[in-house]
Amino acid sequence: MESIPILQMGEFLLVTIQVDMHDRLAMKLQDDLTNRISQTNARGVLIDISSLDIVDSFIGRILGNIAKMSRVLDAQTVVVGMQPAVAITLVELGLSLEGIRTALNVEKGMALLRASLETAPRGSANGYASG
Amino acid sequence: MDMLQAETMSIQSSADVVLVRQSVRQFAVKQGFSLVDQTKIVTAASELARNTLDYGGGGTVKLEALQDGIRQGLRLTFEDEGPGIPDIELALKDGYTTGSGLGMGLSGTKRLVNEFNIVSHVGKGTCVTITKWK
Repeated sequence: MESIPILQMGEFLLVTIQVDMHDRLAMKLQDDLTNRISQTNARGVLIDISSLDIVDSFIGRILGNIAKMSRVLDAQTVVVGMQPAVAITLVELGLSLEGIRTALNVEKGMALLRASLETAPRGSANGYASG
Repeated sequence: MDMLQAETMSIQSSADVVLVRQSVRQFAVKQGFSLVDQTKIVTAASELARNTLDYGGGGTVKLEALQDGIRQGLRLTFEDEGPGIPDIELALKDGYTTGSGLGMGLSGTKRLVNEFNIVSHVGKGTCVTITKWK
């Protein structure tokens, strides 16, 4: 079965969604990413959606799930590269992607992940101090 | 009002939902829709095609390119022979869901288009028609 590639870069996992995802592929990405976070001890996940020309409520839910699951596994998620037309449509649809951190592009997303790792040592992704 | 072009597609799998999105995009581009309007109608089509598949057990969508005087539009009609919706008003509320979604499908879709019409008979099926004008 086809799947979306997940690249590892140090403590981070990178995903670039380049296809028009059907629902099962999106579900598979959610499962694959969760497994990879746990296998690789990743501290951050960066999802680049700049090639997506729509984000509907289903994809929105998958992105939200990924962010929640990675938080439980002590990793942070940043979604980057959303096209302006997609952002406009998403908000009118009634989705604000609450709980998902976003950045304009990959570079800014990586900076955000690095900064959040510095302020949040391992074990504090749930919001509680580790010591 | 004239109909310039029409096409009917079957919705039986999640791959069909992707094909519907692509065809709606092509129609919207041909009608000269702006990028934002293209995105809105394609997103609306994606929500409704998924409803047809998940709740209606599959069905069809008819795409129609319209010309009304100087305005151009796109009308999509989703039909299924599924269980139908007992309480349409409830189904149109933000946050209402019986399934796995966020409950923004129907109510959100209504906000993305200019005209929205839904007819449903319990045990017989559901027909949703949306129109977006340029």
